[in-house]
Amino acid sequence: MLDVDLSMVNWARAQFALTAMYHWIFVPLTLGLSFLCAFFESIYVRTGNKEWKSITKFWMTLFGINFAIGVATGIILEFEFGTNWSNYSWIVGDIFGAPLAIEGIFAFFLEATFFAVMFFGWNRVSKNFHLFSTWMVAVGSNLSAVWILVANGWMQNPVGMVFNPETARFEMQNFFEVIFNPVAVSKFTHTSSSGFLFACLFILTISCWYLIKERHIEMAKKSIVVASVFGLLSSAYVGFTGDESAYEVAQKQPMKLAAIEGLYQGEKNAPIVAAGILNMDKQPGDNQDPFLVKVEIPYLLSLLANRSFNSFVPGVDDLVYGNKEEGIEGVASKITKGKQALNDLAQFKQARKEKNKEKAEQSLTRFKTNQDYMGYGYLNKPEDAVPSIAIPYYAFHIMVALGTFFPILFIAFLFFSLKGSLTQTKWLLPIGLISSLLGLFAQQSGWVVAEVGRQPWAINGLLPVHVATTNLAARNVQITFFMFLGLFTLLLIAEIKIMLKQISIGPEEGK
Amino acid sequence: MISNLDYITLQHLWWVICSVVGALFLFLTFVQGGQTLLWQVAKTDLEKSLVVTSLGRKWEMPFTTLVLFGGALFAAFPKFYATSFGGAYWVWMLILFSFIIQAVSYEYRKKQNNLLGSGVYELFLFINGSVGVLLIGAAVGTFYTGSNFTLDLYNRVTWDYTLLGFNLRGLEAAFSLFNLSLGIFLVFNARYLGALYLLNSIDFSSTPDLELKLRKNVWASFLIALPFLLYVFVSILFMKGIHIDDTGMVSMASGKYLSNLLSMPYFLVMLVTGIVLVLYGVLVSSFKGSFKGIWFSGLGCVLVGLVVLCLPAFNHTPFYPSKLDLQSSLTIFNASSSKYTLTIMTYVAIGIPFVLAYVAYVWKLMDSKKLTVDEVTNEESY
Ligand code: HDD
Ligand code: HEM
Ligand code: HEM
Repeated sequence: MLDVDLSMVNWARAQFALTAMYHWIFVPLTLGLSFLCAFFESIYVRTGNKEWKSITKFWMTLFGINFAIGVATGIILEFEFGTNWSNYSWIVGDIFGAPLAIEGIFAFFLEATFFAVMFFGWNRVSKNFHLFSTWMVAVGSNLSAVWILVANGWMQNPVGMVFNPETARFEMQNFFEVIFNPVAVSKFTHTSSSGFLFACLFILTISCWYLIKERHIEMAKKSIVVASVFGLLSSAYVGFTGDESAYEVAQKQPMKLAAIEGLYQGEKNAPIVAAGILNMDKQPGDNQDPFLVKVEIPYLLSLLANRSFNSFVPGVDDLVYGNKEEGIEGVASKITKGKQALNDLAQFKQARKEKNKEKAEQSLTRFKTNQDYMGYGYLNKPEDAVPSIAIPYYAFHIMVALGTFFPILFIAFLFFSLKGSLTQTKWLLPIGLISSLLGLFAQQSGWVVAEVGRQPWAINGLLPVHVATTNLAARNVQITFFMFLGLFTLLLIAEIKIMLKQISIGPEEGK
Repeated sequence: MISNLDYITLQHLWWVICSVVGALFLFLTFVQGGQTLLWQVAKTDLEKSLVVTSLGRKWEMPFTTLVLFGGALFAAFPKFYATSFGGAYWVWMLILFSFIIQAVSYEYRKKQNNLLGSGVYELFLFINGSVGVLLIGAAVGTFYTGSNFTLDLYNRVTWDYTLLGFNLRGLEAAFSLFNLSLGIFLVFNARYLGALYLLNSIDFSSTPDLELKLRKNVWASFLIALPFLLYVFVSILFMKGIHIDDTGMVSMASGKYLSNLLSMPYFLVMLVTGIVLVLYGVLVSSFKGSFKGIWFSGLGCVLVGLVVLCLPAFNHTPFYPSKLDLQSSLTIFNASSSKYTLTIMTYVAIGIPFVLAYVAYVWKLMDSKKLTVDEVTNEESY
């Protein structure tokens, strides 16, 4: 059953990465801006000040432009599991499908219904109902993040299910374990707060542009104060939940942690790499130094990974080749056990087909002793279990560096705003201007860490990516890949042009 | 109570739920139908604005319902989700593309500096309403006509239909006369529903011409749709189908769907009621000056859609028949999720009536006043 076309697998991966990364350009902005619009409108309803109404309407216009393309890029993802990862969909559909369906029922309808009120209801519903609708759009978009991240968290840390040898697939056993999966919780808190942070940067960017151009100064200043306060709060929360995410990674996906730290030889009292350049020739098991240069902070990795200074943090080599002292089993022996399990499963199926009860039972008993290693049976050599090191490593360090920089930026904006000298602080405005690009960069890096570091597994430890695909000739996916690339790029350019135009028109002050 | 439901009941229940979602989608394609009317009934910019703005307040509804349809099938019938979407790759991909281009068009069409120009966005809307709906019809048709797939021991799908050396992966569905007829029917069905909806939502006091054109269009679209509908129904009644007996033996049976209909008379009642309602809505709108036709025809459409989706799945019939290997055919029993998942999802489904209720409430609130020329010129509009 392993005659898969590897070029097809790679095109499918490329297509998923492409479509997901496009979706993720717009989604974080939706997550954050929806709440900011709700805040602005709440201020308007509270104070009755028309100026806040025009501020609200202005950000809503930008929200709407972004929302449309977010929706457009989302629909393909919903179906792509079936079209390109159909084996995956069949094997885990029992568990993975549920959060997607729930997202549809509870989140998307909330957004879709109240979105229309938010845009067209200003004169059709009462002031309070309109405010309520705006809040519902914000709640809906963040609910949608909850459910999709439950699904994604489950791939990173599969819980709450059993393997059913009769059907050769995983079946749900405990729904609550699936939704309260600690990885899902850390993913949701980190992702939604980072969306918030990103929206604050977006507001900063546009407001700085107005200040530089000396237009809409009052609105820009007001928006900056709101954005800096919320940005500062959310960046603190992003750091906190990021630390939590890293802790979960260390516990549930030690190989990913080793990759993002470029750690080959595990150690006690492990230091964290603050910055460094990787040696690209380094291979698992050889004696080269993984780094050309690096700056370390002592003990911090042990603390981060296990919440204890003198704990052991395994490296790539420990995980691949095993480490007796620390009780870590190597991949080679897992592969042997996994192949044995797959073999027993095949015998079980054969015996069932022949209606040979005794043989079926025997092979099932043998299968059960090794079934936890089943996924490893699809790997060929121990090194197959290692993801790319460089990509998650650099992506992680970029994200963390930016995550440290943003709170400082917000503090600076807040400081000069309160001092009343923001417009005179000429060096700060250009930094604010590019800050949302940096935010986007951090966003995308975050997902690259999460998803590339998960390789080679589609479901961590259970199902490798190359067994998850549809049986499809590579050229089909090649064609759709380029269709998506062309179409999404076109729509992105259109979106940017429209946004820029709307920004240059600006809020209709006083209307 | 839900935890006491047995597996077979749950499987039936979930097919009904998926079918309700599908049937509601068919009703909501009035948005798609309205999009194809744009060039025909709306001549001036003002008329266009009225039509697009009116549709634009609802465009997310069919879109989101389609997404939910996918999600519900994934959760409840994962083997179908895997087999159909992975197998009939190209049909689904083209359908999805037509919805991707729809999603941006309302928001971007009239915005300044929109790169493509409003004509292109209108073309996108037209493609979504014509090609998109047609292909959905073809895909639904395969519930009756079958598809070219086989499943191996591990349920991996193989699709086999080549034309000129290219595996069509589902596109061949559009070459069958039955599927094509169903598709064309759905396109024109969507068009008269679209016209009915617009009649209901716009204030025509300053554009009486638009109202006349819409009324004419209801009748014209219905007349075009009718022969295709008749062809589809007559075919269904006489078509051969697959029967699966209690031991799992699969065989061909003639008049299978007719006998399904007769053995489940409530479906027959729903079908007849549905058709009468559709007809009533069309007639009063075309000739009696009514503005409420959409409610009758819409409800009728939901009833007919439910029957069309349930008929091929119940009464020992596989809803996704394989033309290449009868044994690979999917039934609601062999394609469903585990009992546990279906039970959990049934608890979740208790939320659906609440969702429907707030959708209906907001709809009523937003549509209590008709859309006026004044509004599209002076306020937010598409
Ligand atoms: C503005 C965006 C942003 C910023 C500044 C940060 N993150 Fe982040 N991070 C994300 C946006 C993000 C994300 C895009 O939301 C990810 C991708 C997957 C996920 O759950 O969230 C993510 C994932 C992610 C992961 C991988 C989780 C997994 O694989 O399951 C870790 C370990 C961290 N983050 C840690 C941090 C730390 C320690 C930060 C320092 C302050 C940080 N992030 C800042
Ligand atoms: C690969 C997994 C994903 C799938 C299958 C998916 C699916 C979808 C779909 C179908 C839509 C359109 C909904 C509609 O009909 O209105 C959508 C929009 C949306 N999705 Fe995703 N999505 C994915 C990833 C994510 C992630 C990771 C998040 C957030 C953490 C997210 C948040 C949103 C939000 C907030 C929207 C609203 C529209 C917008 O962004 O402008 N999605 N998604
Ligand atoms: C929106 C942000 C996301 C981004 C940027 C992203 C990025 C990626 C990338 C880069 C890959 C390819 C990895 C590789 O093969 O090297 C991938 C694969 C995949 N992702 Fe994500 N992803 C996102 C969200 C999600 C979510 C929310 C889910 C699930 C609910 C998900 C499920 C998958 C699946 C099923 C694959 C294919 C199997 C695999 O390659 O492991 N992704 N994604």
